[in-house]
Amino acid sequence: MTGAQALMRALEAVGTTTIFGIPGGTILPAYDPLLDSPIRHILCRHEQGAAHAADGYAQASGRVGVCMATSGPGVTNLVTGLASAYMDSVPVVAVSGQVTRAAIGGDAFQECDATGITLPVTKHNWLVMDPGEIAQTIAEAFHVASTGRPGPVLVDIPKDVLQARFPYAEAGPVNLPGYQPKVKPNLRQIKEAAKLILASERPVIYAGGGIIKAGAAEDLRRLAELAGIHVVTTLMARGAIPDAHPLCLGMPGMHGNYTAVSALQRSDLLIALGPRFDDRVTGKLAAFAPVAKVIHADIDPAEISKNRHADVPIVGDAKLVIQELIAVLEAELATRPMPDYSAWTGQLTDWRTQFPYRYHQPEGGLIKPQYVIERLGQITDGNAIYASGVGQHQMWGSQFINFRRPRTWINSGGLGAMGFGVPAAMGAKVAMPGDEVWCIDGDGCFQMTCQELATMAYEKIPVKIAIVNNGYLGMVRQWQELFYAERYSEVKFGWDIPDYVRLAEAYGCVGLRAESVDDVDAVIEKARGIDDRPVVIDFRCDPFENCYPMVAAGASNDDIIMGPEFERDHERVHEPQGDMLYDPEPPEEDA
Amino acid sequence: MKHTVSILVENKPGVLTRVSSLFSRRGFNIHSLAVGTTESPGVSRMTVVVDLPDKPLEHVTKQLHKLINVLKVIELEPGSSVVRELMLIKVHAESATRGQVFELAEVFRANIVDVTSDSVTAEILGPPDKLAAFEDLVRPFGIIELVKTGRIALGRGTRGISDRQLRAAV
Repeated sequence: MTGAQALMRALEAVGTTTIFGIPGGTILPAYDPLLDSPIRHILCRHEQGAAHAADGYAQASGRVGVCMATSGPGVTNLVTGLASAYMDSVPVVAVSGQVTRAAIGGDAFQECDATGITLPVTKHNWLVMDPGEIAQTIAEAFHVASTGRPGPVLVDIPKDVLQARFPYAEAGPVNLPGYQPKVKPNLRQIKEAAKLILASERPVIYAGGGIIKAGAAEDLRRLAELAGIHVVTTLMARGAIPDAHPLCLGMPGMHGNYTAVSALQRSDLLIALGPRFDDRVTGKLAAFAPVAKVIHADIDPAEISKNRHADVPIVGDAKLVIQELIAVLEAELATRPMPDYSAWTGQLTDWRTQFPYRYHQPEGGLIKPQYVIERLGQITDGNAIYASGVGQHQMWGSQFINFRRPRTWINSGGLGAMGFGVPAAMGAKVAMPGDEVWCIDGDGCFQMTCQELATMAYEKIPVKIAIVNNGYLGMVRQWQELFYAERYSEVKFGWDIPDYVRLAEAYGCVGLRAESVDDVDAVIEKARGIDDRPVVIDFRCDPFENCYPMVAAGASNDDIIMGPEFERDHERVHEPQGDMLYDPEPPEEDA
Repeated sequence: MKHTVSILVENKPGVLTRVSSLFSRRGFNIHSLAVGTTESPGVSRMTVVVDLPDKPLEHVTKQLHKLINVLKVIELEPGSSVVRELMLIKVHAESATRGQVFELAEVFRANIVDVTSDSVTAEILGPPDKLAAFEDLVRPFGIIELVKTGRIALGRGTRGISDRQLRAAV
């Protein structure tokens, strides 16, 4: 057997059904036995697309996403995708070709140090110098990618290792002495956590992406209901509890809603389950949730107390943590009632009524991007899978779609990689062919990876892409408006270049356009009716609409800017001092 | 504040890079790093002195533990460990001053390993403060060059690294 045949056999053995990739010189040997393998290969048009597609595949399904590329430029093009998957803890296995063993280190054609270049953006990587190690390495790669805190890994294989003939042996059990993720939480810490919960007056569950990774959404809902505690869901945790659930407060953070932001801010206990206290959530760290005690559960011990000191640290899998916590709480509740959270709940309810997300769609005026996304969410009833790019449209997507279930909101949250949406939606649709998959994209993001339209048209992957086309790099334009005195430097694309409808048609997709509010529903419905090819909708939106609420970068969450729609209705909205439930310390200056 | 950290790692290609690049990309400043094989085949031991002005050491040890090739991480507290470093130091010494250099070397139990008509090279082994004291005393003669191995350290007493709990465990 050749190394390449061993590679395919090993990939099949760990359950690979789909690979996103592009062949090239050094990975060529692996593409030959692929013809005889049941694995479906999706020929992408750019390796970045392949990596993001593997990410979208994994986020939508919970299975490991696989991508493959050749050496040199092939693998450097994977890097953005791997970095994004790394930041979001998404299980991805990348296989790359490498120049022959003898040529390594000699600046050979299409050589680059793939393991070196991906070292900071993978959970681990391997350079396989012996064909006999291919099967074992692939088994280890899948194990590392999918267990503990999930993440991307890379396996780099020289061309002559793929070509070498050797007697094949199946991979043995994975034995990595330095890698033993702790999944079972410490019961003593769980009891401590329960004690804090029962002593709290204003608790909030701060749910992060770890809930979705751990498949703990159902357990989260049970915990929230048992304790009667509200839940904020970070960008990566949207859908972890249905938005329609009375205890769901939605997204906190830089563009989160007032109630979610303020709930964290005023809380006396953060029950942090699988988040990482990202700066986009905390705002100025020194001023974040100033009086709250913190219970922080994470599978990765290095996340605990990294940004915010945890009073009760719990290392473990979110599902097990929550189940144990429920068991301990239930035992406690047999002897005593839950604390009375009604004052706090009343406060949250007041905020929710007073400060919902708000925008104004003028009749006959330009289409507001929020209107497009809200209608899309309503028409699909929150039942689709939505992937997004990065920017205003992403924040509006998180704000205006009512998510019903986990794994339906697919993002590049940590890295914030523009261009993520189209290929991630492709990966999601391949993983979940029975689901309706929408990409909510910006015109800037779309143009970074729109070549994958060709892949989707050719492979008959019927994703629907809604371009919220405001003719600008919208989020950058918003920052220039607010923080650079409206000096718009290099952010204007214009609505018309390219002509997105004709671009879509050129790629073998259906192109649609909405130019007025009346068109919006019609094009969404039309797109939903097309299932034999991808559809691209160009929504021509108001270029100057901004995303609110907003907490400026580095500012305290107390200084949330509600936006012009609020100011119109409430003079000086942000003055809830009268009903403040705590006496905040003056915030410290950032170092 | 400087911490001395002992790291047991698998002896595999690229492990040194993984460890050192983790330090640099997380903004941890390495003061000294020494690597060598150990009593166990396939296992190497790194002794890293890391300078952490404003972060707890726990941030470093937890990140190190995430590396797949890292088997064990402990901190060696100054009071309960033996710390050594080897220095080779070449100083100007002509016939008039050579005797003084020799005397100093003898006091410090340094060995003279090379002598020329106008220079002396000494090797000196010991804890870092001893090396620093010797360096200060020979500086007036004129130091031509010097090199240090980097610090190595072992905990005092009978227990080995594998018996010890990770100090920063949560």
